[in-house]
Amino acid sequence: MITKSYIREQLKQVKDPEIPTISIVDLGIVTGIDIHENDVHVTLTPTFAGCPALRLMEDMVVNHLNSYNQLGKITVETSFETTWTTDLITDEGHAAIKKHGLAPPIRNCSNITMEVIEATNCPYCDSDNTSMKSPFGPTLCRSLHYCNNCKQAFEGFKPI
Amino acid sequence: MLLKQEAENPQITYNSNKMNSIDALKELLYKIADDQLIIGHRNSEWTGLGPILEEDIAFSSMAQDKIGQSEHIYNLLHQLGEADADTVAFTRNSAQFHSSQFVELPIGDYSFSLIRHFLFDFAEYLRFESLKSSAYEPLAQVSKKFFGEIKYHTMHANTWVNQLGKGNEESHTKMQDSLNYAWNYALGMFEQGPAEDLLISENIFIGEKALQDVWLGTITPLLTQSNLTIPAQENWKPIFGGRFGKHSQHLQPLLEEMTEVYSIDPSADW
Repeated sequence: MITKSYIREQLKQVKDPEIPTISIVDLGIVTGIDIHENDVHVTLTPTFAGCPALRLMEDMVVNHLNSYNQLGKITVETSFETTWTTDLITDEGHAAIKKHGLAPPIRNCSNITMEVIEATNCPYCDSDNTSMKSPFGPTLCRSLHYCNNCKQAFEGFKPI
Repeated sequence: MLLKQEAENPQITYNSNKMNSIDALKELLYKIADDQLIIGHRNSEWTGLGPILEEDIAFSSMAQDKIGQSEHIYNLLHQLGEADADTVAFTRNSAQFHSSQFVELPIGDYSFSLIRHFLFDFAEYLRFESLKSSAYEPLAQVSKKFFGEIKYHTMHANTWVNQLGKGNEESHTKMQDSLNYAWNYALGMFEQGPAEDLLISENIFIGEKALQDVWLGTITPLLTQSNLTIPAQENWKPIFGGRFGKHSQHLQPLLEEMTEVYSIDPSADW
């Protein structure tokens, strides 16, 4: 008997192509798993509308689940029905983001102001003595910061 | 119900007596997506040329956001019977675009790009804020997503407008001159659609007039805080026409550049 939790567990092995320490499950983008007999339909929600990794992640889900012989037809769709926010990232996901050298997004993303993003702790030394250089970084989901304590430039995962 | 109806006619006609709510909805979606595609392309022209590295990255990131968002709106149009996103984006000529003339203007001086970014992005932010509660559910869903993204665009715009508006005499003069030049074009964003009443009565969209009022109420205090002055109201002469396919000489060359690769090889993949 194939269960949703079984599929969810397997999908933890599919990692974000741009932040390979975090799984798509911990990133919070797997918003639906429907099982009909042995067929599996996975629904993903986009992180950023313009994220180029979106289609890649759809393919990665199909390819990964296809490696399990007991599963039937695998289909994936992207839907905006659930709006992704960084609040959907799990605690495990936060740890994984930090492991990659990025500052995890501040919780409660609905009240974002420049001041809130300014107050990002350094992922290397945990200091709050940091300054934001730009709300736009090398990918859509990252901002640029500098730690005045350990004198290290770092990137943050933008709360959205 | 609107959602269940089949599109009767994929071509939009501008005779408001003959327009049904599907046509009116398509017109709304086209103008949103076309504005995003064209401003996205203009933003991308700063890639490699930004005055400082962070600004280069900022305009490039915003370009990626806008073009990505436009694709999702074109997908909604495709679901309503229009051609697929690439065909719609890359095969129309300028007279078929519903974008405002404001977004097609060349990037100009950096002060103009910043002022346009400020005026356009606050309008877009407020448009999507109102569309979050649109009765057309697929549009409400994407609006919730885009709203969070565009918040960063408005924060970025406001930071720079404030710094340069209050900077030194040179920066203030440049920003004020750009605001004066941009103003009537910006008002042109709020050109009413041919059958907007249908959208308002079906709670799909609040209408351009209501949107313009919210926009003015939002940007006026921000500009004042930045020591910048909106032109006197007796001089307001909105530059309309874009929503009906009337464009300046700047749009067609932009489209030719944007579609250059597609025109050579429509099947090219990259």
